[in-house]
Amino acid sequence: MTEKTIYELSQPGRKGFVFPDSDVPAAPLPKAFERGSINLPELSELDVIRHFTNLSRLNYSVDGGFYPLGSCTMKYNPKINEVAVRLPGFSQTHPLQPITSVQGNLYLMYQLQEMLQEISGFHRVTLTPAAGAQGELVGALIIKKFHESNKDTKRVKILIPDSAHGTNPATSAMSGFEVAPLPSDARGNVDLEALKLHCDETLAGLMLTTPNTLGLFDENVIEVIEMVHNAGGLVYGDGANLNALLGIVRPGDLGFDIMHFNLHKTFATPHGGGGPGSGPVGVSERLAKFLPGPIATIVDEGDDDTPPFYGFYTPEESIGRMKAFYGHFGVVVKAFTYIAMHGPDGLRDIGEKAVLNANYLMEKVKEDYYLPYDRTCMHEFVVEGTWKDIPNVHALDISKRLMDYGFHPPTNYFPLVVHEALMIEPTETESKQTLDAFAAAMKAIAKEAREDPGMLNKAPYTTPIRRSDEVKAARDLVLCCWTPDSF
Amino acid sequence: MYTPHSPQEIEEMLNVIGIKSVEDLFEKVPAKYRYPDLDLPQGLTEMEVAAELNEIATANASSDEFISFLGAGAYNHYIPSVVDAILSRGEFYTAYTPYQPEVSQGTLQAIFEYQSLMTELTGMDISNASHYDGATAAAEAANLAYHNFRGKRKKVLVTRSVNPEYRETIRTYMYGLGDVHVLGDDPLNAREDETAKLLEMINADTAVVIVQYPDFFGRITDYTKIVEKAHEAGALVTFVFNPTALGILKPPGAFDADIAVGDGQPLGIPLSFGGPYLGIFTVKDKLVRKLAGRLVGETVDEAGNRAYVLTLTAREQHIRREKSTSNICTNQGLMALAAAVYLSVLGKSGFKQVANLCYQKAHYAAEKISKLPGFELAFPETPFFHEFVIKTPKPVEEINARLEDYWILGGYDLSQTYPEMKNQMLVAVTEKVSREDIDDFVAALEEVTND
Amino acid sequence: MKTPKDLKYAKTDEWIKVEGEEATIGISDYAQDQLSDIVYVEILVEEGDAIEKGDEIATIESVKAAAGVNTLASGTVIAINEALDDEPEQLNSDPYEAGWIIKIKLDDVAQLDDLLSAEEYEAYNEEREG
Repeated sequence: MTEKTIYELSQPGRKGFVFPDSDVPAAPLPKAFERGSINLPELSELDVIRHFTNLSRLNYSVDGGFYPLGSCTMKYNPKINEVAVRLPGFSQTHPLQPITSVQGNLYLMYQLQEMLQEISGFHRVTLTPAAGAQGELVGALIIKKFHESNKDTKRVKILIPDSAHGTNPATSAMSGFEVAPLPSDARGNVDLEALKLHCDETLAGLMLTTPNTLGLFDENVIEVIEMVHNAGGLVYGDGANLNALLGIVRPGDLGFDIMHFNLHKTFATPHGGGGPGSGPVGVSERLAKFLPGPIATIVDEGDDDTPPFYGFYTPEESIGRMKAFYGHFGVVVKAFTYIAMHGPDGLRDIGEKAVLNANYLMEKVKEDYYLPYDRTCMHEFVVEGTWKDIPNVHALDISKRLMDYGFHPPTNYFPLVVHEALMIEPTETESKQTLDAFAAAMKAIAKEAREDPGMLNKAPYTTPIRRSDEVKAARDLVLCCWTPDSF
Repeated sequence: MYTPHSPQEIEEMLNVIGIKSVEDLFEKVPAKYRYPDLDLPQGLTEMEVAAELNEIATANASSDEFISFLGAGAYNHYIPSVVDAILSRGEFYTAYTPYQPEVSQGTLQAIFEYQSLMTELTGMDISNASHYDGATAAAEAANLAYHNFRGKRKKVLVTRSVNPEYRETIRTYMYGLGDVHVLGDDPLNAREDETAKLLEMINADTAVVIVQYPDFFGRITDYTKIVEKAHEAGALVTFVFNPTALGILKPPGAFDADIAVGDGQPLGIPLSFGGPYLGIFTVKDKLVRKLAGRLVGETVDEAGNRAYVLTLTAREQHIRREKSTSNICTNQGLMALAAAVYLSVLGKSGFKQVANLCYQKAHYAAEKISKLPGFELAFPETPFFHEFVIKTPKPVEEINARLEDYWILGGYDLSQTYPEMKNQMLVAVTEKVSREDIDDFVAALEEVTND
Repeated sequence: MKTPKDLKYAKTDEWIKVEGEEATIGISDYAQDQLSDIVYVEILVEEGDAIEKGDEIATIESVKAAAGVNTLASGTVIAINEALDDEPEQLNSDPYEAGWIIKIKLDDVAQLDDLLSAEEYEAYNEEREG
């Protein structure tokens, strides 16, 4: 099932949209800069609608089915959020309008900052980072600036557990740090002996995902944080997995110094096929002065008759601006809506049901798949997608076969510490029936692996395309459509 | 709120797990901190929250209630209804990054088409799947240049006419790398001929020269000499561009730019108080392996059918970890889709038309305003696209405050970011403004400065 | 898996072949197999460059991995295999001949003494495979 490209659909002379004619006298274009024809496609409005509607049908989505992609928190995205963000008061406000004309936006941003502070136990939150990875960069740069401001220039090393997401070491390197990997112990916790060896005067900080990417709550988290603090380092919390902790525990209380939130995971803003995300960052009191701005604040408290007046500020020793304007405001509106609808009890319900679902599914899946860290998990768990006695079936084959059963595959081959990893995160919005159906599919595939392993190697069979040739894609690079002008 | 569990189901699930209560799942969480009392308002129903949001939103004045002449990096364009109809499809917005090509061909092909449209627009060879916004795309361009020379060239030159917020963002990213100097935009340079000053600064230590086209003041500048000098010195050149302008202006590729970046917001993305927008990132062929961010490539599946996949992934953080040059994971998927739909529906004629309308109306406005007593164009000899700088007889802040009474959103007060540009307003005109609106603006300007 | 006897190896999976004062450097059959389909080779040095033992001389990308290649000896680069630019797959099909990466003029032959023989390298690979 393939869909032609917009260039293949194009017909000379066809129009999809017409603007009103110009109502002002013509001004000549500067000849030296004038561009000839621009080779855009020529389509009718219906052509465009059909084309992109057809494309949308080739996608798997949360609205369409179960999407247990580990560490991505593919929960249901409430539709009220989409209504909210389209209110003209939000969608049609220019970022540089007079501050008096955008008090609603500033109020909402301020409220979300306060909510995130309360949920996480951090002193101050900035909403500016565009995505989780950018939030991490903020964190790493704050660690750098903190040590610099203490004239502590020997601190060049960031510790990163071997189970960490690839962005953690990449971010550290972007911030000029040396990366030292930290092994996990047999229970999936940070190896305390290994940590001890690194606790010296070169230690800048530790990046710790909580719960970790194995879906486990580190049993020594307090001790780990204390060790790093005692050695003069800071502890960065990767908030990718915060869903498990909502209403259960606040990372700030545990002693984390910095953490980014993924609004697109924890707070149900849609992933959009790869973005936009939003990665606000929270910090403890001593680090607040380094945050990137602009941050919403109350400029004038007001009184009984006048509401507070809001404005922006950027802390004096800020690491600097991360992007233009104030972050992904549209995403911020959705997260605000989501949190406002949940309140304290609703948030705790999210954390509890996310963890309940994961443990229930883990019990079922581990009947047929090896679970290397067999203890109560948080919001996700990791099994091996291979069996010693069936050498030719891999995690990839199981993932692909799941598509034939109507499910999106789990995250595969991550974390690196588990051989042939399948990382499964059901989220709280899935019902017991869905989890049972998924577990049944996993069981059926385990049976197929024994009876007809070769069949799994060729799966999927029912999807719009079959397995694709990634080697060809990388060797014979084709990165844009053939167009008439290309030749 | 959105959890479907009935009490009986919870009971059954707990039995399977072998525990008595949900709370047993959290024994490893330090008891002292478990179940904090969150000081938040109680949850609202959808009806209640809808009412509250309406109230918050109406505390703003939307640009549509005003006649807007405000641009400076975000532009009030008309968005064809087709764009939101497609963006509202759950199949697009509730999907994840297309890691599994068999069930993500919709997103993959849409990005592939976006990449194709961007290379056509910019005249560059290759576009990635996008960055966060124009500012971060510019910062990633500097980052790319730094890594292209393996850290040996330590100077990033930017002109003062590059968007101030972009320059700040570049500085933040370069702070991370440690030993890079961002130079060229010193206010002292503004008094001289910017191009001459910059030409002097380009040398063997320059990694990249970053210019804006049209620049922050709307001016269309010929950067040929800068490009030549930079290339002679072995440095790269980055153009920061406005995509709408490229409907009628020669693209960065025609000037031999190595990297061209811009904010795609004008391509069908709402103002939304500054984000989410779209970072367009394009390069010449030779830089494809240095490009950060996602790339979609065409290939075939096992049945020989055309298929799209994420490609050259070995550049990226999930494989290279600390050796990757950037930590970026995703792109602005949905925003790239918006740009692809916008350009598809406007097409060859519509896109040229919108660029022309912006140009014509801006020139009409400039002509009219510059004839008002006390007003004059700051750069009367320089061609411009849809933004221009006008010197005003009174502080811009004061004028803008009074324009609100006329339901007019005045231009950007340049003294906020260019202290040397007191009483200078950056006026933006798009196709949404009619001749009558412009005439009203001119009349209002005259009235509010006439006392 | 081929492990030619006349070469020396490193635990980081490079090989070096010494002929008089000159040496050729590449990656082992084991390494190419681990990387799987190689799609790109970037050679980071140029003819005439002086390099130190341990310097990174190339980066290799496959569809699923990326790896650095380090020089096993100090010296001056006298040739680079430009053919790999167009045909990176030669590293998969012929890692010891057509898939060579650079040739250098050695500073000091004694630097090679701590490298592994073919037998030692094979034993090391078996140990890694567990």
